[in-house]
Amino acid sequence: MISDPDAFYAALMDAHRGLSPEESRRLDAKLVLILADRIGDLPTLLEAIAMARAAGSGPVADRLAKEAPRA
Amino acid sequence: MSFRQPRFPAMPPRAAEEAARVVVVGAGLVGLTAALDLARRGVPVVVVDDDDTVSVGSRAICFAKRTLEIYGRLGLGARFLEKGVTWKVGRVFHRDRETYSFDLLPEEGHEYPAFVNLQQYYAEAWLVEACTETGLVDLRWRHAVTGIENGAQAVRLAVETPFGAYALHADWVLACDGARSFLRRALGLRFEGQVFQDRFLIADVRMQADFPAERWFWFDPPFHPGQSVLLHKQPDDLWRIDFQLGWDADPEAEKDPARVSARIAAMLGPGRPFELEWVSIYTFRCRRMERFRHGRTIFLGDAAHQVSPFGARGGNGGVQDADNLCWKLAAVLSGEAPESLLDSYDAERIPAADENILHSTRATDFITPKNEAARAYRDAVLELAARYAFARPFVNSGRLSRPYLGYGEPAPDAPILRQGRPDWLLRHIGADGGFTLLARGEAAETGIRTLIIGRDIEDHSGLIAERYRLAEGEAVLIRPDQHICARLPARERDAILSARARVLGR
Ligand SMILES: Cc1cc2nc3c(=O)[nH]c(=O)nc-3n(C[C@H](O)[C@H](O)[C@H](O)COP(=O)(O)OP(=O)(O)OC[C@H]3O[C@@H](n4cnc5c(N)ncnc54)[C@H](O)[C@@H]3O)c2cc1C
Repeated sequence: MISDPDAFYAALMDAHRGLSPEESRRLDAKLVLILADRIGDLPTLLEAIAMARAAGSGPVADRLAKEAPRA
Repeated sequence: MSFRQPRFPAMPPRAAEEAARVVVVGAGLVGLTAALDLARRGVPVVVVDDDDTVSVGSRAICFAKRTLEIYGRLGLGARFLEKGVTWKVGRVFHRDRETYSFDLLPEEGHEYPAFVNLQQYYAEAWLVEACTETGLVDLRWRHAVTGIENGAQAVRLAVETPFGAYALHADWVLACDGARSFLRRALGLRFEGQVFQDRFLIADVRMQADFPAERWFWFDPPFHPGQSVLLHKQPDDLWRIDFQLGWDADPEAEKDPARVSARIAAMLGPGRPFELEWVSIYTFRCRRMERFRHGRTIFLGDAAHQVSPFGARGGNGGVQDADNLCWKLAAVLSGEAPESLLDSYDAERIPAADENILHSTRATDFITPKNEAARAYRDAVLELAARYAFARPFVNSGRLSRPYLGYGEPAPDAPILRQGRPDWLLRHIGADGGFTLLARGEAAETGIRTLIIGRDIEDHSGLIAERYRLAEGEAVLIRPDQHICARLPARERDAILSARARVLGR
């Protein structure tokens, strides 16, 4: 757990300020790759992908929620 | 200096009905390699090809180390080294700058480098010469197979020539008739996979240029925005340039020489004269047959599996098919092995084809992003890679062909001294067509060709020790295709013989 979730969240929002949707998307992709490198463990990363796919609503998420781990 | 396209004479059929033990259909890179391999093992082969020349346009240019070792075994290795362009550095550019470069880091102490670039037509022309010299290969140009009955006891091929038709009865047929394989279609066999929604312009350009012998790959360069470009050096002042065009490109319009020249001029900049040698437009696919062996008809090369060229896995994979199959077929023909040994060709080469397809699919997906997310990630990787080394392994402009390890490691090469003279280990493995036992210390008398380190060959560089890690009294048994198949005590005759029998499927 991050010590100051609000500060992290705000930093994330700041990072996107002034970016076009395309630039934002690329920034997020870079972040994912950097964080993945820091985590460095394939099973953990695959679990994270499954969690992201399962959370939320809609037909895809509903279907996947059954398979994904609950962290 | 440039290549002169040979035209081989077509011969009339000898009889209305003929018989042969082995018929290779297709004198392309793979069919010719298989024919030479069989001939080197003393097996006479009839080769039929519907055309009268070697590959038109250079097509395959990157020959990988394992393939070069196979050609070394077949006696052509020196020609590849002498004529081909050896390279090991690749550079990746993104937009207007270099993102990073990589060195294929070929370790020292191997006769063959990681890659040699050579036009496919040279390889085929040399194979034709070598096949002819054996006196065992009956090459028949403009003999097109137009029908097949794949019987349980024999195969009947209907062949058409400019002089009339005949029937060829074969005990075994090697179907090497390329991606559009007639035999595969005639037998109603499926060939499924993926088409990449993209088009590529492939050009061979003749020019005097002092660019180094490196592989250069651009993502989204200023001279060809939004797409990728690849540059490779070939012998004879020829350069291979691939332009990604996108799915919407009009293939006919794109082939117009004026248009192609304009693209190349934009890339090379002013004041660099060049000549177009060959231009072609491709859409790439990855697909394979469910099985390669269908009774007495066995599929190899592009006829059996097809990949996109990123990674240079098509020709290299096909040559490795031939390497895998030919010693087995020769062993079956000589009665040394049961027919069931041929099933191991499927068991070994289908996973190898899958590995090639996997790598080539991933590379093509990276180069041709399928959707917005894929493009965002691709660009993210490239932007990161320019600054941070951790992101470089994600960049995929083609994972270059490496041998498949699923059925044993190909025996590593090493410099040796033989009778005091410098030599290479691999030259003595499989050279006589059979198994080889490489041993440290005394070895049992097995009738298998045995190389004892310190007696028959000298490991003066210590690289055999490093690469094989043999303990005193230990040996490795190496298949005729130079793959290590067992590690066992050198003095245990029965263990060695039964290991060989097992590999032969007995
Ligand atoms: C642009 C491009 C770049 C490439 N780059 C590389 C690379 O760098 N490295 C690499 O390893 N691979 C590369 N490849 C792939 C490589 O060219 C092929 O994998 C290779 O040619 C396959 O050889 P093959 O013998 O199976 O088929 P082919 O070379 O296609 O030969 C098939 C032969 O069968 C004959 N034939 C067809 N039908 C009949 C019939 N009915 N009767 C008799 N004969 C028939 C044809 O005339 C032909 O001679 C590249 C391909 C392309 C297109």
